[in-house]
Amino acid sequence: MKVCVVGCGAVGSLFAANLATLEDVEVWAYDLAQEHVDAINRDGLRLTGAGEVVGRPRATTDAAELPSCDFGIVATKAMHTEPAIRATAHAFSNGCVATVQNGIGNEEVLAAHVERVIRGTTFPAGKITAPGIVQWDVKGDTTFGPFEERPAPFAEVERLAEACTRGGMPAKAVEDARGPQWRKVIFNAATNPLGALTGLTHGRVCEQPPLRRLASQLVDEGKAVAAAQGIELDADPEELIDYAARPEVAYGHKASMLQDIEARRQTEVDYLNGGIAEFGRKLGVPTPAHDSIWALVKGVEAAWQQQ
Amino acid sequence: MTRVCVAGAGVIGSLFAAHLARVADVSALVRREEHARALREEGLRVSGRADFTAQLQAATDPDRLAEPELVILACKTLDLDAVAGRIAGRWPEAIVMTVQNGIGADEVVARHGDWRILSGVTFMSGTRHSDTHVQYVLDTATWIGPARGTTPAEARWAADLIASSGLEAEAFEDLRPAQWSKLIFNATVNTVAALTGLPHDAHFADVSEPSRLGNLVRDLMDEGKAVARAAGVPLREDPWEMNVLATQRGSAHYPSMLEDVEARRRTEVDMITGALVREADRLGVPVPLHKTMERLIKAKEASWDEA
Repeated sequence: MKVCVVGCGAVGSLFAANLATLEDVEVWAYDLAQEHVDAINRDGLRLTGAGEVVGRPRATTDAAELPSCDFGIVATKAMHTEPAIRATAHAFSNGCVATVQNGIGNEEVLAAHVERVIRGTTFPAGKITAPGIVQWDVKGDTTFGPFEERPAPFAEVERLAEACTRGGMPAKAVEDARGPQWRKVIFNAATNPLGALTGLTHGRVCEQPPLRRLASQLVDEGKAVAAAQGIELDADPEELIDYAARPEVAYGHKASMLQDIEARRQTEVDYLNGGIAEFGRKLGVPTPAHDSIWALVKGVEAAWQQQ
Repeated sequence: MTRVCVAGAGVIGSLFAAHLARVADVSALVRREEHARALREEGLRVSGRADFTAQLQAATDPDRLAEPELVILACKTLDLDAVAGRIAGRWPEAIVMTVQNGIGADEVVARHGDWRILSGVTFMSGTRHSDTHVQYVLDTATWIGPARGTTPAEARWAADLIASSGLEAEAFEDLRPAQWSKLIFNATVNTVAALTGLPHDAHFADVSEPSRLGNLVRDLMDEGKAVARAAGVPLREDPWEMNVLATQRGSAHYPSMLEDVEARRRTEVDMITGALVREADRLGVPVPLHKTMERLIKAKEASWDEA
């Protein structure tokens, strides 16, 4: 079985390195960072922290080198989905493509370029500490399901989940994968931008009662948008927020959006709060808190361009 | 010549003191001894829209200053209670004028003595280059109205004195319509600027797409207008029109709360947004967006306590 990880940042690297430890899976890693690609091809892709793994995927910055693959796992930042899948779509003309990205709306972008799409949500996290080396911060599950508008056959979804699980990334295949996805997007949209706008870690956001209430307001709006689509969340984002605030979980974690803002990188707010707001608008569900937060984070991004 | 004491020599206090010193007998009450000495020895230089150096008295001890007929409390709102306390028990014949952001300054001053009070609101702005040099940037007006124990004629007297010194000033029979216009404008523009890092520029009036900042600005102003309506205060100017006009002026103004945030100083959010929110709660008007902004600013302040 051939798998290509498209976008080999922290999350993509977790999939690529773990899957590459399986003898029956040939793993390709497509990424634009030349140094990272060179290091992977020279020394392997090393994970440290929550798990110690060295995988040897074949890495490339040139999409033309990719063979025909059974599966794609797209793990770019959400704003890079379109160019990434446009460049690599030829490798998946006989395969299925899954997304493990943040936010909502990625499947729709993939479906414009490939036939069989898998909706995916993943919870593990980490960061690249040096080319070829990834700090694995948090272990967690992945859920895959057919994307309703352009579904991959369920047997294929199961085959991908089974390979990921055997490789050390526990995954399950479900018929309706929207529940976990909306749980995660609501969690992220209710916490990430609050950290990003205030500079506080997740735990400190939760310690301030007024701010914690604002997170609940964002959660409630997100739940209403999910409910309007008939989506049943697989768990309550509120519980996830409180769980993550524990010292041993993610109290001191700086949300990825805060890391982006500190590094003045474009954030994924369009796919988090913006995604919820846009779905809300289409469904006639008001999302005033998400609208405000979306506008503020876009304002922060706009401020960099003036300096 | 009229004897005027300006208490507080930040940007606004320095602009008042220097200009008034050309037509009145001016003293400055300041907090730091070296500031008082520098003012006595070097005078106070104004650049920008005017260019001159004024001579004036200055001290840290009010008992060393001549008894004034008019006291202008030009300190920041955060310092008002302390500054009013320093003149408590002195100068019973003087008229005391406030020019702080927000509403409620008169009540703070009234707690410290039986002076007759004028209520002011100032739109002028400048940049402080040193203890003895202030740049006059925006020559917008100071508005003055009667408060405890004063008459419209006394408001006109103070406005005429200030206008004769080269600053813009206007007297009102009732200041509240002007004060509320500014409060709504300030609560919106200051907090949005402080959270995004944007100066007050065209982004604040952009409503071309749902995620654009102008939508949030307009929604915040609509909440404020609803509070003013419930308080029975007709607005002198529409805050949204003030916003659109100001952003078309070309040179983007740097709101004071943005400067505070960049310098990691405690902001005036309690006195500006807080004042609006307290009035809204008292009147039973919902202001969820202003509460969101207040929470985010307070949390941003809290993030500076770390590390």
